[in-house]
Amino acid sequence: MKKDLVIIGGGAAGLAAALSANHPNIHILVIEREKSLGGILNQCIHNGFGLHVFKEELTGPEYADRYLEAFLKLNIEFLLDTTVVDVKKTDDFELTVTSYETGLFKINSKAVILSSGCYERTRGSIAIPGERPKGIMPAGSAQRYLNIDGYLVGKRIFILGSGDIGLIMARRMTLEGAKVLGVAEIMPYSNGLTRNIVQCLNDYDIPLYLSHTVTNVIGKERLEQITIQEVDSNFNPIEHTEKIFDVDTLLLSVGLVPDISLFDSLDFKRDPITKSAVVNQFYETSVSGLFICGNALHVHDLVDYVSIESEKAGKSAQNYILNDRKQSNHLHTIKFNENIRYIVPQLIDFEHLEANIDLSFRVSKKMEAAVFKIIQNGTEIMTKRAKNLAPAEMEKMSLKIDKLIDDSPITLLLEEVSL
Amino acid sequence: MKKLICIACPVGCHLLVDDQLHVEGNKCIRGEKYAIEELTHPTRILTTTIKTTSVTTPRLSVKTKDPIPKELIFDVLHLLEGLIIDKDVKIGDVVIHDILNTGIDLVATKSVTINPFH
Repeated sequence: MKKDLVIIGGGAAGLAAALSANHPNIHILVIEREKSLGGILNQCIHNGFGLHVFKEELTGPEYADRYLEAFLKLNIEFLLDTTVVDVKKTDDFELTVTSYETGLFKINSKAVILSSGCYERTRGSIAIPGERPKGIMPAGSAQRYLNIDGYLVGKRIFILGSGDIGLIMARRMTLEGAKVLGVAEIMPYSNGLTRNIVQCLNDYDIPLYLSHTVTNVIGKERLEQITIQEVDSNFNPIEHTEKIFDVDTLLLSVGLVPDISLFDSLDFKRDPITKSAVVNQFYETSVSGLFICGNALHVHDLVDYVSIESEKAGKSAQNYILNDRKQSNHLHTIKFNENIRYIVPQLIDFEHLEANIDLSFRVSKKMEAAVFKIIQNGTEIMTKRAKNLAPAEMEKMSLKIDKLIDDSPITLLLEEVSL
Repeated sequence: MKKLICIACPVGCHLLVDDQLHVEGNKCIRGEKYAIEELTHPTRILTTTIKTTSVTTPRLSVKTKDPIPKELIFDVLHLLEGLIIDKDVKIGDVVIHDILNTGIDLVATKSVTINPFH
């Protein structure tokens, strides 16, 4: 099978990328491992999606449906229940693909967009002490069991980690009749959106224990009891702060990681913070023709931003295929100070400055008021004031290319200011 | 002065409301509406699922088309407990009209085909 563009993953990112890459001269194939398109949106039945893209508040399935409807109208080819198991790159990409119906087969493609989303960190990745009973699982898995399959995974729940999925599940399980005894967060601040603390925890009087973590797990077959403890500034448990909860379920909402292990065989530059590829403003990796977008590139808190980013990745792939646009050697890394954790894109290709560049980044700590400055060659070329910054909320800034004074590297500085 | 965090969208504006219900800190009009309602008569959009007889889609996701009074949330959930969807539903279809006399409809947020192999 020969294609121009293969898009791996048919969720929010893959659908948006397919829509914008679509062109009469480009043969696109979307590969989705689930039995339906839409990705994680299908299990996110809560509302709050679409305010930026559609200017109205939608639930996850409704947001997916908007894109799905547009996608199906274009008659873009897609495969469901199909998984990519290997990727090789020579001139083109050679993908090894499998499904229950077809068995293994190969697809050749000029370009690839990786929109495979992210996975949840598990108990193994954070090493909780204690016994190993059943009843401990990532919050997103519990969400799928409940909202797609219709199973409530427990009656008395504790949640470790204040990521958005954990907060959303605290409310969801309460509504379904479970008792949620609390949420523990090891950091001194919440990792979820503030609105989710208000409407998921405060609404239902669910306590949030900041600077706390789970220090013991007890249970023979099924989880019976957990212990949480306060931690000091080095995250070490403080003695005599133990609190004990009798629970049958511990949900983990301790972070998401871009799911790009499929591409481990390809030698592309990586960002140790985002745990994904380093990309330029076209969302192209150091492997020519390989684009990444959505949660596979960096974990987003709003799907709207996934769609906007993926549209750009789709357009870039289209440009790559139709116009043979190649990455130049004139790439500069965007530098930043310690108040910023990461920036995407990491690189700017100065030979192809075609449009303003969306910079997405996260701050390293909570700040009430701050100012962002973009510096080039010692000159401040752009500034932006911001209030209530938090690591849990992604910040955006558009780099106006007409403000650039030359082709030297740029630096993004974030400085805290008093109100 | 009351401090609130707006939940109308994921931006989460920090709002200040005085005794005359004058709102500050909101980036859009939804923030003002939220703050006044939250202090006089709090409401929420309820999203949940209903059992279906479909093999491929055992749960139908639904929402209240508009926010309902906060104190009615568990009454609505109670009402949905025994309900089973056994007919095809299209996204946006009204599942329950005027739920608990609130004047607000419960609508489907996805489509369900009961027998997809037909």
